[in-house]
Amino acid sequence: MKKNVIEVKNLEKYFEVSSGFFSRKKTTVKAVDDITFEIPFGESLGLVGQSGCGKTTTARALCLLDPKTGGEVNFYNNDVSSMQSIDELEGEELKKFRRNIQMIFQDPYESLNPRWTIKDIILEPLNIHNIGDLDEREEAVSEILQTVGLTPPENYMPRYPHELSGGQRQRVSIARTLIMKPKFVVCDEPTSMLDVSIRISIMDLMLNLAKDLEVSYLYITHDLAVARYMCNRIAVMFNGKIVEIAETEELLSNPVHPYTKRLISSIPVPDPSYDRKVYDVNFDELDSLIEKHGSDKPMIDIGNEHFIATHDVKGLI
Amino acid sequence: MSKDVLVVKDLNMHYETLSGDVSAVKNVSFTVKEGESFGLVGESGCGKTSVAMSLLQLQADNAKISSGSIKLDGLEMVGMSESELREVRWDGISIVFQGAMNAWNPVIKVGEQIREAIREHYPDNTKVENTEKIASLFKMVGLDSSIMDRFPHELSGGMKQRAVIALALSCDPKLVIADEPTTALDVVIQDQILKEIKKVQELLGLSLIYISHDIAVIAEMTDKMAVMYAGSIVEKGPTSEIFANPQHSYTQSLLASTPSVVGDKVKLNSLEGEPPSLINQIDGCSFAPRCPNRTTTCHPELDMELVEVGPEHFVDICSANRN
Repeated sequence: MKKNVIEVKNLEKYFEVSSGFFSRKKTTVKAVDDITFEIPFGESLGLVGQSGCGKTTTARALCLLDPKTGGEVNFYNNDVSSMQSIDELEGEELKKFRRNIQMIFQDPYESLNPRWTIKDIILEPLNIHNIGDLDEREEAVSEILQTVGLTPPENYMPRYPHELSGGQRQRVSIARTLIMKPKFVVCDEPTSMLDVSIRISIMDLMLNLAKDLEVSYLYITHDLAVARYMCNRIAVMFNGKIVEIAETEELLSNPVHPYTKRLISSIPVPDPSYDRKVYDVNFDELDSLIEKHGSDKPMIDIGNEHFIATHDVKGLI
Repeated sequence: MSKDVLVVKDLNMHYETLSGDVSAVKNVSFTVKEGESFGLVGESGCGKTSVAMSLLQLQADNAKISSGSIKLDGLEMVGMSESELREVRWDGISIVFQGAMNAWNPVIKVGEQIREAIREHYPDNTKVENTEKIASLFKMVGLDSSIMDRFPHELSGGMKQRAVIALALSCDPKLVIADEPTTALDVVIQDQILKEIKKVQELLGLSLIYISHDIAVIAEMTDKMAVMYAGSIVEKGPTSEIFANPQHSYTQSLLASTPSVVGDKVKLNSLEGEPPSLINQIDGCSFAPRCPNRTTTCHPELDMELVEVGPEHFVDICSANRN
């Protein structure tokens, strides 16, 4: 039996939107609606889907950056060796939880403070959590810089973000994240802004670190080719719901849900002789079908730990 | 045998900056035939967009074309006056810019912005004719004709990009340059836009220059391609030939670092290091410092030349390895 680092049950994040300046009527936008998944230690889950489907909202709710409006999130607590709901966390425990869960953002050009040196940026989490004395903190910064491949560290510590390239900046982001020795890292499209050749080296770095430091990732991307490289399992999201979840290779070779098929068939193939056939599906129709049938039924297992949402998709296949 | 629409020969362009000249385009030569699509691929900063901007001569003020020729339908464009260029732009060559979000004026309706371009080039058209033309352009790129009365902020990213394509087609150009038209979009929308471009190109018999850093998109969109590195073309030829038989180490590295969803999962190879700064004069092989395949027969200090290694397939090789 695998130990899970995080378990998410029926997660909901609704936003109330007023329909006009003078109107009191409120409408609800279901940004994340009834999402369930778990991630075992050392494994990574890919969350893929179109822009606006709720990937980032899910991530923010998990990290307690935005409060969720419903459902349960349980995190493995090392002290009591069991799962603990994040709703119960308070004071010191909450601080500890925040150490264990970290985020890497999409844009390395905007997520680093331009007026701080690299050393200050990486040092900040240690200062906030009051870990070690000054010398120990500096030692830790130099160590983590080496781990992410920015060597020699003393060359990088006094520099500012604008002196670094995109790839180097993203390495700094990773260093800042990993200095807290988290167990779980949410990565929000960390490589989409980078060039192809640099992208692979960042992904390889993250994979190696996952192995060495036993970190689990929730990897958010719209590119299934990238998710395939990074993740053990992939969850496909559509309009705030997970419609299919399976082992990476199983999902790619045997997609069931029409949206998954569409997504996979939309990705350009780096081979001119390959004749890519797009699986066509009407998104509006799909949406109304999910709305009508899918809502509160659990996902069904079709074997090989491959789950699909249970709304009636036959009309579309 | 279809005729050549665009012939670029030994084009050199540099930016004059305070710290010295930056040679962004070095000895670039290529030909685009009628109805053909030509791909330019490479990392950011390798000069792809500089080439595109030189073709339209829309470069920044500090950019200078120092030598070379750009011939559109036999007409020399280097050295043209601004008023002559105005005739050629949009009529002869048009461009689909990189960020659809930023290509529109936010306070003018989308249709009016297209009308402006048409009015400039066809002053005799009546207003009704122009409206009909815009409606038919919108239909061609899969937009409803009512969109022309909308402001840019009312449209989604994909719709804006479609409208930019309609704008590029508004004066019946012979050649369209598409500069990373789908980079800001997600995969499903990207797929729709690519299909739209392909459809329009076949319908109108356009020539297309497709610029992208994504080699998978280039594979699907183009007949011929060129790989750029540090301002020069390091390999060019038919797309299928380059993918099947890449000769330059940089092309091989690019191909080896592109993930795919089809076929077996393969270990991808990263390319270490960074592209060189173009402010320094680079003699010989610009890729040598990052090259994973350097051998004892390599002489990166020697002069480089594009050598034909297969039918229409050219590779940048140093003089020591030429035979």
